[in-house]
Amino acid sequence: MLNYESILNDTITEIQPSGIRKFFDIAATMSDVISLGVGEPDFETPWKIRSAAIKSLERGKTRYSSNRGLAELRKEIANYLRRKYSLSYEPESEILVTVGGSEAIDAALRSIVNPGDEVIIPQPSYVCYVPMVQMAGGVPVIIENKAEDDFKLTAAELKENITPKTKAIILPYPSNPTGAIMERADYEAIEKLIKDTDIILLSDEIYAELTFNGKKHVSPAAVGSLRERTIVINGFSKAFSMTGWRLGYTCGPKEILTQITKLHQYSIMCAPTTSQYAAVTALRDCDEEVAAMMEEYDTRRKLMVKGFNSIGLECREPEGAFYAFPSIKSTGMMSGEFCERLLEKEKVAVVPGTAFGESGEGFIRASYCYSTDHIREAIERIGRFLKEI
Amino acid sequence: MNVQILKLLAKDARMSISDIATVTGLGEAEVSAEINEMKKDGLIRGFRTVIDWEKLDEFYVSALVEIKVTPKPGLGFEDIAKKIAKFHEVESVYLLSGDSDLCVIVKCKTFQDVSRFVAKELAVMESVTSTKTQFVMRRYKELDVDLEVTDPDDRGIVSSC
Repeated sequence: MLNYESILNDTITEIQPSGIRKFFDIAATMSDVISLGVGEPDFETPWKIRSAAIKSLERGKTRYSSNRGLAELRKEIANYLRRKYSLSYEPESEILVTVGGSEAIDAALRSIVNPGDEVIIPQPSYVCYVPMVQMAGGVPVIIENKAEDDFKLTAAELKENITPKTKAIILPYPSNPTGAIMERADYEAIEKLIKDTDIILLSDEIYAELTFNGKKHVSPAAVGSLRERTIVINGFSKAFSMTGWRLGYTCGPKEILTQITKLHQYSIMCAPTTSQYAAVTALRDCDEEVAAMMEEYDTRRKLMVKGFNSIGLECREPEGAFYAFPSIKSTGMMSGEFCERLLEKEKVAVVPGTAFGESGEGFIRASYCYSTDHIREAIERIGRFLKEI
Repeated sequence: MNVQILKLLAKDARMSISDIATVTGLGEAEVSAEINEMKKDGLIRGFRTVIDWEKLDEFYVSALVEIKVTPKPGLGFEDIAKKIAKFHEVESVYLLSGDSDLCVIVKCKTFQDVSRFVAKELAVMESVTSTKTQFVMRRYKELDVDLEVTDPDDRGIVSSC
């Protein structure tokens, strides 16, 4: 028998599987669970978008697109980014359509990181950044965002962690799991701090459509001189309820995009053509559908935050994405223990904050991608659980 | 008048005063006052439940009846439309553009009841010149609610993305 341990890639084998796998496995086998655990829209993809995909299939549009993505789609992405976030990108050379935001993050990191380069990752944040940096040969440097800073990345904390080896900073805002957003002034402070360096900003803006309280998403690429050092990542999954279509995109200066495109060309070829035709319609014709979904998310958000606070779990108001991130410190339990016991006693599934980094200890992530009735029932059960313990 | 409250109630008529207060940022007393005011002004006309009657063995029969009328001098279609609206069997009355003048949605226990009602009550009304009765055979969507969708949530229990 082969000695697999000696033949497999060291970097990959050394990557730790997610620590909360056990909890996820238990949850997955239980029935009658009321879940607030999924970070995926409950809305179906708007019919107009699905219909556009079907029509493209009927017309026989089933071949590869260009490596960068359909020209028509890149043009729509450019229009959309200009209209929504005051960003300006050249469809021919500065936009690449990818297989979800995930491929874009991976390809961007591999295009800029040299062995030993440090990449700063604010946490709590989505689980893929650390392993992807490691797979690119980089060294993850974690900054712990704090509740008292509304889980924002502050220039002061950043300053303490920048070294001559810092290659890039990942900006995962609006944030999964904290719901934090970054505002113009937050990025202006960062601009001041890094203006004389070569540090690249990797801005994962997959939740950009989901901001609340009248606060519009700000991309760092639209702040001062930051555009030249920013790689923007975005996609269709969250904003248009298109998770299964696996479609995202990345934009940035031509010099960087050329390298990312090369990688994409050899490893992926092109994003799924059917999804690309659907996406053209999403960007062109679906403002009203998106607005209706956002209105519903906002209603749920307010009810959930109020609900957690009313049962005694302190919950700040998230201003982005679709998660509440209440503190469970008042219970004296660790996040993992809280979630396991809650699942066992009241059959409610939420995700421990520690799934998103050690700084998530003392918090749980509750998604509001669920109907208001569902959210009410879950909060009622959590309230009952708090009284029992 | 408060459009935000109307929008919330349009989606969920059973939303509690306390939840409406949370979402709008108003006080509960204020929300109650607004709703009462809008009822008084005739802006809010009722709270109904969307029911899939076809799930019952005995459900209602509905028909869409298109009616042509000779408008009365001075009164136009108003007079006849208001008279038709008074019937217990009539669920909705609309004035239309195009070939027909009025569209009446009639709801009865049986097909015979609908036929009898149209023949004996609507068709014979003064100024009605013709009726065209089209029975509803199946409902797919009612008041924004897709009656066909019964798919369970297939998203799983937990995920980190």
